[in-house]
Amino acid sequence: MPSRITPEDVKHVARLARLRLGPEEVQTFTAQLAAVLDHARDVEALDTAGVEPTAHPLPLVNVLRDDVPRRGSDRDEVLAEAPEVEDHRFRVPRILGEAP
Amino acid sequence: MSAREIAAAVRAGATSAAAVVEEHLERAEGGDGEVHAFNSLLADHARRAAVAVDRAVAEGRDPGPLAGVPVALKDNICTRGIPTTCSSRILDGWRPPYDATVVRRLADSGAVVIGKTNMDEFAMGSSTENSAFGPTRNPRDKTRVPGGSSGGSAAAVAAGFAPLALGSDTGGSIRQPAALCGVVGAKPTYGLVSRYGLVAFASSLDQIGPLAADVADAAVLLDAISGPDPADSTCLAGEAPRAAERLDAGVDGIRVGVVRELAEAEGMSADVVSRLRQAAEALAGAGAKVDEVSVPAAVYGLSAYYLIAPAEASSNLARYDGVRYGLRVEEPGGDVTEMYEATRTAGFGDEVKRRVMLGTYALSAGYYDAYYGKAQKVRTLIIRDFDAAYESFDVLLSPTAPGTAFPLGSKTADPLTMYLNDVCTIPSNLAGHPAISVPFGWGDDGLPVGVQVLAPALGETVMFQVAAHIERLAP
Repeated sequence: MPSRITPEDVKHVARLARLRLGPEEVQTFTAQLAAVLDHARDVEALDTAGVEPTAHPLPLVNVLRDDVPRRGSDRDEVLAEAPEVEDHRFRVPRILGEAP
Repeated sequence: MSAREIAAAVRAGATSAAAVVEEHLERAEGGDGEVHAFNSLLADHARRAAVAVDRAVAEGRDPGPLAGVPVALKDNICTRGIPTTCSSRILDGWRPPYDATVVRRLADSGAVVIGKTNMDEFAMGSSTENSAFGPTRNPRDKTRVPGGSSGGSAAAVAAGFAPLALGSDTGGSIRQPAALCGVVGAKPTYGLVSRYGLVAFASSLDQIGPLAADVADAAVLLDAISGPDPADSTCLAGEAPRAAERLDAGVDGIRVGVVRELAEAEGMSADVVSRLRQAAEALAGAGAKVDEVSVPAAVYGLSAYYLIAPAEASSNLARYDGVRYGLRVEEPGGDVTEMYEATRTAGFGDEVKRRVMLGTYALSAGYYDAYYGKAQKVRTLIIRDFDAAYESFDVLLSPTAPGTAFPLGSKTADPLTMYLNDVCTIPSNLAGHPAISVPFGWGDDGLPVGVQVLAPALGETVMFQVAAHIERLAP
């Protein structure tokens, strides 16, 4: 098993998950996640050598349907839910580094 | 009146759907201020649907098997044009552009959705305290939690606001609140009920299922919503087993295994275990062949689940980015990444953040094999152990929850303590098997206790058969 989760690890995963944490939150979450991960170590008691992993309870492969045209969602109804729209498209803040 | 009695009366013209709906709306409007089972009551919507049912009856058309029966819907099940919040700020104002398949099936069967129920945010929790809109209170004792995450649905049934409710169950979120509120709740076989329109938490574990005041009502509701759906590729093809087929068949000769490791699991309270033993003895007295059985890997499900479910959640919840729907928080001059961060930081509650980070960590380079990979192998061992047990038994028996409903606020400070609530319910989700919680007596504190009946995949018929008999034998 890997070493215990650190405040640096928590800051790293928060950044990956696009979450901002204050200094106190980093401490609290580190302790809580460490407790869960420590508990998870009980599975070390199980011998899993040669055991295949299960990703999904059903042995489904390539479920196909007939290729028949049908109405999809209404564009205007979908766009009406967006926080900001321009010319029938989702509008977002600038995505590149330069000034707007 | 049970859902079956309501439907029979509406179908026969002895009462109207409109009158039934009015009665339940009145009860909910009067009592829900204290309970907070509902995020929203859909009075106008319900009245319109009731009129349509009554018109069908008047015109001699079949109004469906659940004609005029009010149903409470967990607020993570999409309803077209009606807010679906998952009890999260991040879905603020969102009105889904489509109905979930189960919502269509309810309408086709004549049922009337009367409201959307409170839940732990994105179904992450065991007490309904992780709701952005405040907790639900247990109708049996309003100082206690109703369980979770489908706590609003369980409370709505227990309080008599609706005879039927739908919840979702990823690690016990239907069965545990059913046990704590003294109602029946079932998680079907994975793939028996379409997940189309169920907001995703952990896609390899999530299932929609019924809550009701008795086993027969739960069976009728499940039969109304199960079956193949072209809109969900993980929904099973082929005819669904009928839950209501053998409810009166008794248990003579049925082989029942009491799962030793779950009865003896960490944190089980003595009164709960004693109700389990009592249920097992009663079944033996009724002709079942009852014995103890060992499912050694089952107790390790908890650890596996709290890596697998957060891992899947961290991926599923990446979609909440403030671009296409729901909340957007923008800071002047900020770029798109800053908008993502500001939106997700303001929109998610602490438990969701915890699980997203836990999942991101478990999937990250250097930890994947030790955590997520190991958990997936444990999942295989649990399935193997269940398969071995079902060679000798038709159904298995365990407690549903380690204790009765706990006081509000008593487990919120320590997430791990909260997670331990799910030790008996999680193994069925990991295996994809069905399980049902049936009320069986009371704890030392006078609050309801649930007994869980587990069955192999697609074993719903025998599972409901045994559950119905446990209900008859209950003190």
